[in-house]
Amino acid sequence: MSVPLLATRGLTAWYGDFQALFGINLDVREGEVIALIGANGAGKSSVLKAVCGLLPVARDSVRFAGTLIGGMDAHRIVRRGIAMVPEGRKLFPSLSVEENLRLGAYAARPGPWSLDRVFSLFPILAERRDAPATSLSGGQQQMAAIGRALMANPRLLLCDEISLGLAPIVIRDVYAALPSIRAEGTSLIVVEQDISQVLRVAQRVYCLRKGRVVLEGSSDGLAREDIRMAYFGM
Amino acid sequence: MQWLDIIVQGALVGGLYALFATGLSLIFGVMRLVNLAHGDLIVLAAFLSLACVQHLGFSPALSLAIVVPGMALLGYAMQRVMLNRTLGGDILPPLLVTFGLSIVIQNTLLEAFSADSRKLHFGGIETASIRLLPGVSIGWYPLIVLLAAVVVIGGLQLALYRTRLGAAMRATSDDPVTVRLMGVDNRHLFALAMAASLSVCAIAGVLMAGWTNFDPLSGPERLLYAFEAVIIGGLGSLWGTLAGGMILGIAQSVGGAFDPGWQILAGHLAFLVVLSATPRGLFPRMAD
Repeated sequence: MSVPLLATRGLTAWYGDFQALFGINLDVREGEVIALIGANGAGKSSVLKAVCGLLPVARDSVRFAGTLIGGMDAHRIVRRGIAMVPEGRKLFPSLSVEENLRLGAYAARPGPWSLDRVFSLFPILAERRDAPATSLSGGQQQMAAIGRALMANPRLLLCDEISLGLAPIVIRDVYAALPSIRAEGTSLIVVEQDISQVLRVAQRVYCLRKGRVVLEGSSDGLAREDIRMAYFGM
Repeated sequence: MQWLDIIVQGALVGGLYALFATGLSLIFGVMRLVNLAHGDLIVLAAFLSLACVQHLGFSPALSLAIVVPGMALLGYAMQRVMLNRTLGGDILPPLLVTFGLSIVIQNTLLEAFSADSRKLHFGGIETASIRLLPGVSIGWYPLIVLLAAVVVIGGLQLALYRTRLGAAMRATSDDPVTVRLMGVDNRHLFALAMAASLSVCAIAGVLMAGWTNFDPLSGPERLLYAFEAVIIGGLGSLWGTLAGGMILGIAQSVGGAFDPGWQILAGHLAFLVVLSATPRGLFPRMAD
């Protein structure tokens, strides 16, 4: 198997005195979709924050495209090709929908994603392009947040709880976009608490509990019962 | 007609107050930093201009060519080396550091230029005036200052709302963490904002120096007017800051017409009235 696009080795992370991650080993290969699942507080979001540079970590604990990037500044990591869809969407309220998307291209690499491509993936955003970002519905805001991350033309897209607070039918719409993102060769790490959607799009699953990987495998190879056991630890 | 004249003169002074306040407003808007050394930086710019006039033989207007880029560089360096380290979390460290900076600047100026009161001479334009109506004349110099304020604020507004960098600044103002995920180096951006702020300080300082006397300790008073103009106008709104400066100027002018001793007091009272009527100012833009 080829060298993974992203590899974490013995990744540990702390919030002050509180240790959130205890030696995470995780691989994402080119074009692969990884599901990162686990209960609240398992460390899923911390893994994403450590990878995208929002949490200080040891330099040699994260390798991306052949370079050690652990602890690098977040704004430099974007330039190397990792974009993040943050939990809670975090659109900029002072900016219009279009300005939010354009800001996503602030440090863009060359690649297939442009404003027009994002608008064709999420046509509703084109209709609302001049509206303030906060006037969008929850699902539209999630689409804008995904579109904003795509504008950077990432090789790896990190999605933190993109179904959070959305109605099931809206979650289906948001998830429907993931295959076209993957079709451009982009790898994804999708963090979710609700595993039913994510298991359908992911090739492999990592289940976290209390800051450790407790189960990993291909998403069709794992039995639901094993996932349930790993997830809850009982 | 006498009252119209008083109001017009007050509005013109407001242009100077707006120039004092614009840099303060910009910095607070972008990084929530209250720069207590702002007034002293304006006075520093005035003294730099004086030094250019005295030692290089420049005219005050020409000295802007040195003072503006010089203050911009100082602003960038000051933010990168010092103020960025005070940001994030507590509001107290930036206040303490800029308060200390204020004292350092005042005492450095005292050492270098003595406590004498100074003024710059713009070669006669300070006293030239045009008659608008019978009994209402406006001076060319105050008019130029007001126009400078309008151009500076208009230019900043364009930069904030029409450029990529401006969008990044507004986004940083919203959420300085998430903006890093867009590839924006927020520390560099803060330093650029401080450079812009001190460029405006430079213009304000040089124009102030041709209008009134200044000395090394006159910074805090400028800071007070700047604060009042920002608060009256509403936090984060640059055009509001211009309006705030004018309201302050008109209040002082009207108060001074009753009794010269009431001039300053009337400005502060107008500030209090606005603050108690609309605590968020007249044109607030910020959500918090």
